[in-house]
Amino acid sequence: MFIPIVILAPFMAALLVPFIYRHIPNRNIGWFVIIIPLTLFLIMVSFIPAISKGKTFIHTIKWIDTAGINFTTYLDGLSMIFVLLITGIGALVVLYSIYYLSEREALGRFYAYLLLFMGSMLGVVLSDNLMVLYVFWELTSISSFLLIAFWYHRKKSRYGAQKSLLITVSGGIAMLAGFIMLYVMTNTFSVREIIATISDYTGNSLFVPAMVLVLLGAFTKSAQFPFHIWLPDAMEAPTPVSAYLHSATMVKAGIYIVARFTPVFGGESIWFYAVTCVGIITLFWGSFNAVRQKDLKALLAYSTVSQLGLIMSLLGLGSVAHANDYNVNTILYTQATFAALFHLINHATFKGALFMVVGILDHQLGTRDIRRLGGLMALMPITFTVAMIGSFSMAGLPPFNGFLSKEMFFEAMLFARHFDELSIGALATLIPVIAWIASVFTFVYSMIIVFQTFFGAHQPARLDREAHEAPIGMLVSPIVLVCFVVGIFFFPNVIGKWILQPAMASIYPALEGAPGLVPRIAAWHGFNATLALTVGVVVVGALLYRYLQYWRGIYTASPLNWNLDTLYTNTLAKLGSGSEALTNRYMTGYLKDYFVYIFSFFIVLIGGGLLWLGSFHIDTSKDSVITVNEYIIIFVMMIAACAILFAKARTTAILLNGVLGYSIAFLFVIFRAPDLALTQIIVETVTTTLFLLVFYFLPEWKRESSAVVTKLVNGIISVAVGVVVTVLALAVQGNKMFDSISLYFEDSYNLAGGKNIVNTILGDFRAFDTMLEVVVLFIAGLAVFSIIKLKSRKEEKDVESE
Amino acid sequence: METLITILAGVLVTIAVYLLLCRNIVRVILGTALLSHAVHLLLMTMGGLKQGGVPLIGEHEAGFTDALPQALILTAIVISFAVTAFLLVLAYRTYKETGSADLLELRGPKNE
Amino acid sequence: MKVNDVILQTVSKIVVFIILTFGVELFLSGHNNPGGGFIGGLVLSSGFVLLYLVNDMETVHFGIPFDFKKVAAFGVLLAVGTGVGSLLFGSEFLTQTAGHFNLPVFGETELSTVTLFEAGVALTVVGVVVTIILSISEDV
Repeated sequence: MFIPIVILAPFMAALLVPFIYRHIPNRNIGWFVIIIPLTLFLIMVSFIPAISKGKTFIHTIKWIDTAGINFTTYLDGLSMIFVLLITGIGALVVLYSIYYLSEREALGRFYAYLLLFMGSMLGVVLSDNLMVLYVFWELTSISSFLLIAFWYHRKKSRYGAQKSLLITVSGGIAMLAGFIMLYVMTNTFSVREIIATISDYTGNSLFVPAMVLVLLGAFTKSAQFPFHIWLPDAMEAPTPVSAYLHSATMVKAGIYIVARFTPVFGGESIWFYAVTCVGIITLFWGSFNAVRQKDLKALLAYSTVSQLGLIMSLLGLGSVAHANDYNVNTILYTQATFAALFHLINHATFKGALFMVVGILDHQLGTRDIRRLGGLMALMPITFTVAMIGSFSMAGLPPFNGFLSKEMFFEAMLFARHFDELSIGALATLIPVIAWIASVFTFVYSMIIVFQTFFGAHQPARLDREAHEAPIGMLVSPIVLVCFVVGIFFFPNVIGKWILQPAMASIYPALEGAPGLVPRIAAWHGFNATLALTVGVVVVGALLYRYLQYWRGIYTASPLNWNLDTLYTNTLAKLGSGSEALTNRYMTGYLKDYFVYIFSFFIVLIGGGLLWLGSFHIDTSKDSVITVNEYIIIFVMMIAACAILFAKARTTAILLNGVLGYSIAFLFVIFRAPDLALTQIIVETVTTTLFLLVFYFLPEWKRESSAVVTKLVNGIISVAVGVVVTVLALAVQGNKMFDSISLYFEDSYNLAGGKNIVNTILGDFRAFDTMLEVVVLFIAGLAVFSIIKLKSRKEEKDVESE
Repeated sequence: METLITILAGVLVTIAVYLLLCRNIVRVILGTALLSHAVHLLLMTMGGLKQGGVPLIGEHEAGFTDALPQALILTAIVISFAVTAFLLVLAYRTYKETGSADLLELRGPKNE
Repeated sequence: MKVNDVILQTVSKIVVFIILTFGVELFLSGHNNPGGGFIGGLVLSSGFVLLYLVNDMETVHFGIPFDFKKVAAFGVLLAVGTGVGSLLFGSEFLTQTAGHFNLPVFGETELSTVTLFEAGVALTVVGVVVTIILSISEDV
């Protein structure tokens, strides 16, 4: 019962924030907001002992039970990592934002969005039901969109927001299709049940499409190549948002999905190749591009892309453990996943700290351009220390946590050479090579952050403001994070035992408790290949950094100027202009044309369908007899209807319409429908009154001055529609396929306590319809009222202005 | 009877469609009113006509006529009234603002 | 524009009363005889419209001083409210219930929550129809 509240709490708070903001319209609103993530974090920490013992928490709230959609929450080791990140980093980011954002900003809006995101992200990682997960998934995209566009007056913010929304939501829809395929195969939306039964369906023709579609969702969200292009543009968001959504949590939702679905799809070669290769390419491309960036935030964005690729590729390698039955190598394969989860946590700590450092620089100096920065070490010593710890950890240097996970990463990559599963072939040698090159670039850009910002010559003339240390409030959060960076290095096995071990158990349910699944993390392995690789990275990286200006030229070489961003922009522009041209061709703005489209489709589709199926079986044998007065009524109606067409005056036409209405009331009497007859008479009266009332203001109608051809075409269309309707109705009456369900309602006195069957249908059996109808009626009334009153107010204004 | 009423409904539909294709806005609204008449009649025929008694328990013992179409039509009558009223007011307001009740003249600016 | 239509005014004094009574009767008898919320509401509103047609607006407003928009809104609230009300008693949304009671004056009477629902419907219909007619006529 507790976990649904955990998800809902941020949503509730998001609803409250605007009201509180009205009373506390300053930065103190943040102190209210911070209560939510902090409390949730502390509560979730209290769950850790139980989770680490292998306990899981499931709670179901029934929703659309018949369709298999229930609000089922599931907390296990894997969810736990993410929940701790979301709430923990969330609390730190809120604290940081209290000092970062100016009081002139719309803080109420900002925190409402941030809490909305927090709740939806918790929903993503805690939902067991795929449909619910999908809803939360898209909610994170939407809240991310809103936060990126927080400064919506900037063109670049709007561009970045649109780009991220388009890419992540397209991926989300692909994922939805994948989920539905999974449902079609396994007949359940529950991830746990799918994992339990998926082995029966691996041969299903939908299995591979479902896998690819789910991966698309994960790759777009986690900014994997070639979908990574949205992440650098998302950096237009306020820095706390970048630190929170676009490095620590939301972009890791894709990682979460891949990890969560590893027991489902892992072991398939396509899954392995897709996840590993995309991850490796992203790792390389991100780090390669990060080096060329001049804006520190863009640099961090590419670095995030690259690190996400790193985690992704490790998960790909780890999935091999599902490929075969248990053997000696299985446990070794799982070590890649272990490294992935470990690095996930480490990345959140050091990257969060780095983003906050960049925010501080931007806030204090007014720029993030590395060409304008330099020599800040003495002026901002605390910021410098934080930046240095973060960067060195990212570069993989001891004594920081990045070193540990980087070593494990190399170990896993080297082990890939020995893969004999899934016919990996030449790729096995390529993987460690690319991984190593990417790490060299990672080292280079980490050095750029530290040395080009804090060393070298200070350039006060190129800064907007005088440099001095940030207020203590802004420094608390990054300091807490770097404490973790250092702390995890010295006590990695605390994380390993309490947090990573249950998470490994959720990814490898079959191997739970197996020896070696959770290794002892140690900083020192002796002189071995991984250490040699790390040393190589440092040496080559340092050389490359030293001679950066000599080889930077390759970034301006022609093939690199072609990039995915241009492709995206051009495609979007083409799509826009193309659809505009297409729409303008048929959206003429004439009501008549639209009617013609509708009726033509109707004639072709229904008429054509009738012709094609040949279902003209018309059976008049069951018809009831017609008396003379009924003939008279129907004859009068036909005459009246035709006369409307030729009416010279509109009053004549409306009276003829009245004749039709009252005749129908007579017919209702004949057809044993007293309620209808009564209603019809009154409605007809009121309608006629209304028509006459409006006619008082409208001009007398003129004869239709259209060309004869137009009239002829109109005539043909209307006759065709009339004929199709008649034939269709006759065909339906002639082929009664089902018994009437009305017999049920005839027991109305016992079921609903009423003797008037029609009325019990309206008030009891189908009261929902009636209720909504009442609402529709009310809306129509409001619309009428507002259409008229809107104008009156305008006139009043005119009077005033005179 | 059913066949005849269906044909009547067909005639009403024909005329309604012709009115909908006209350029005078009042004719179009009249067309929608006529169309709903036709639909009500069609719905009525679907349950069978004049078969069984008034759907009031206690009035007639030997079976009732189908009550479901009646309930549907009752709803439809009220909704079509609301729609007609709304359209009329829309036309009225449009005329007040633009001075025209001709749909060909009421077309907005090109490529809006 | 002041029209002095003596006959209509005289007749309407009685007719409106009859129409309104008839409307209430239709509304109350709805569950067991022809009638119900829609019809009752429509008859009532036609009575009101007749009143407005015959007399001028100020006079009627003086006699019936309520805002018909609010009547409509209250009706919707009542109709939806009975649905929510049934939730409070642990039944499904919009469950109606009926019972027979022996009342001192009326004798054996059926009382049913559907009457409340129908009252909501009727009030909405009255409110909306009169609002529509009034908004147009006011806007001269």
